[in-house]
Amino acid sequence: MIFAVILAGGTGSRMGSTDMPKQFLEIKGKPILNHTVEKFLPNPKFEKIIVLSPKSWIGHTREIIRKFTGKNDRIAVIEGGSTRNETIMNAIRYIDREYGLDDDTVIVTHDSVRPFVTHRIIEENIKTALNCGACDTVIPATDTIVEGDGTAITNIPDRRKMYQGQTPQSFKAKLLRDTYESLSDEEKDILTDAAKILVMKGKEVRLVQGETFNIKITYPYDLKIARSLLDTDS
Amino acid sequence: MINTVYRLCAPRRFEIAFNDIDVNSGVIVRPTHLSICNADQRYYQGTRDIKVLKEKLPMALIHEGIGQVVFDATGAFQPGDKVVMVPNIPCEEDEYIAENYLRSSKFCGSSADGFLQEYYQITPDRLVKLPDGIDPDVAAFTEIVSVSVHAITRFMNIAHERRDRIGVWGDGNLAFITALLLKKMLPQSEIHVFGINREKLSDFSFADGTHLTTEIPEGFAIDHAFECVGGNGSPIAIEQIIGVIRPEGTISILGVSEYPVAVNTRMILEKGLRLFGTSRSGREDFRRTVELYQEHPEIPIYLSRLVGSTVEINKYADIKDAFEIDIKKAYGKTILHWNI
Repeated sequence: MIFAVILAGGTGSRMGSTDMPKQFLEIKGKPILNHTVEKFLPNPKFEKIIVLSPKSWIGHTREIIRKFTGKNDRIAVIEGGSTRNETIMNAIRYIDREYGLDDDTVIVTHDSVRPFVTHRIIEENIKTALNCGACDTVIPATDTIVEGDGTAITNIPDRRKMYQGQTPQSFKAKLLRDTYESLSDEEKDILTDAAKILVMKGKEVRLVQGETFNIKITYPYDLKIARSLLDTDS
Repeated sequence: MINTVYRLCAPRRFEIAFNDIDVNSGVIVRPTHLSICNADQRYYQGTRDIKVLKEKLPMALIHEGIGQVVFDATGAFQPGDKVVMVPNIPCEEDEYIAENYLRSSKFCGSSADGFLQEYYQITPDRLVKLPDGIDPDVAAFTEIVSVSVHAITRFMNIAHERRDRIGVWGDGNLAFITALLLKKMLPQSEIHVFGINREKLSDFSFADGTHLTTEIPEGFAIDHAFECVGGNGSPIAIEQIIGVIRPEGTISILGVSEYPVAVNTRMILEKGLRLFGTSRSGREDFRRTVELYQEHPEIPIYLSRLVGSTVEINKYADIKDAFEIDIKKAYGKTILHWNI
């Protein structure tokens, strides 16, 4: 079975003065989270679309899904964890409890603030995760990436080998959970995303081509871009 | 839901735009197989009048295609149903004028966005369910087949009933389809095809006769004719038809020409001919076309000869590549496998 895991744990601290977590801000009169969830709804391969929200926002999340997207039995809202990866583990625990996990259970994890994800990206994630166990959506880096120590450059990696990570990141759920549980607390502390869980243990994570417009709405500037992108229709 | 739309913004240049689809209304279809038409190419290559281009672009092209229903708020279709999309969008009903001739109707890829979209929202009356087992590369160009069905259906209502020998002018896709359907819909009639390319004419193996337009036998006559030439060839084809058609015959004009065509009205008058134009098609023509696919399973098999090339569309740049491949083709249809 295949599950969408929508990570809506953000608290909006980078979105300037707003108190509202960024996934609840509106584009074209609808919260960003709804736009994102709706990109997964038309794909019949998803058994369930699991939205993980901070505890204090669960009620609000359920309410806006009902109000803007409509009641849908394929959408479940559950509580996230203390970190991104703990949130994903909560989703896996939920799947295990409700459906049972097998070797081919796949989770397609996605940022709730990337509403421009496409059908093709989602399909390629599912296919690659099923065939190869894990994948990460990326676009080739256009800026030169430099490594530094805070004062000076220490290295300039070959840009041709550099990519910018997007989401979805998709995994066989058991593989991800078992590898995560094998990490020490120190190893868990330096994780920045879920793909790194497998990379740290030398397991292959395939690349899926993203899109430049599959932007993450993090800063007020991103919100302006997202709104103007949708305005191209008018 | 945010939907990605791939619009032509200037000749040979596409851009990405987004619109918002209401996931709780109408039917949402995921396009799967699309087909390029000459009309799309005229926009893509910029051969339409500059004023027309300025008025219509940016616009998503493609009006021939099939897809899969992913959601239907109306309950008419089930998710997973394979459907052909009807690109004509009527805005009113008329007792006498068919939906495809109403000036108020919109048409995908002409006065409304076409099917080059991630998802396509449509009303259920603009969809016709496809039978299982049909070759999707053939079903992709059902629209052009329905145009022939429409022309033949109108012909059957207009033309007198001596239909012993019918001529089809043209050796391209539309002529192939029209001749094939005439053979199936009017099995008692002899179907003769007139073209300029001997090699192309050899593909019309189902026809009762094929002729180079330069080698029409002396005294050869037909009861009725279909003109499927269009473009610069229109005047010559129509002139030739008027020459060989018997009095009181009917001429169906299907070929599109960008320029006004001079017609020998003296002979039209003398022979008492009827000329009628047909353009596009409506829902009923699509329904009848799909019915014909089922009644005559050999039709889709013959039509598969028209599949010139298939192009996998995985990224934005592939769309342009498909149009360039289509320009270079000698014959047949270019089918887009829409994975994007």
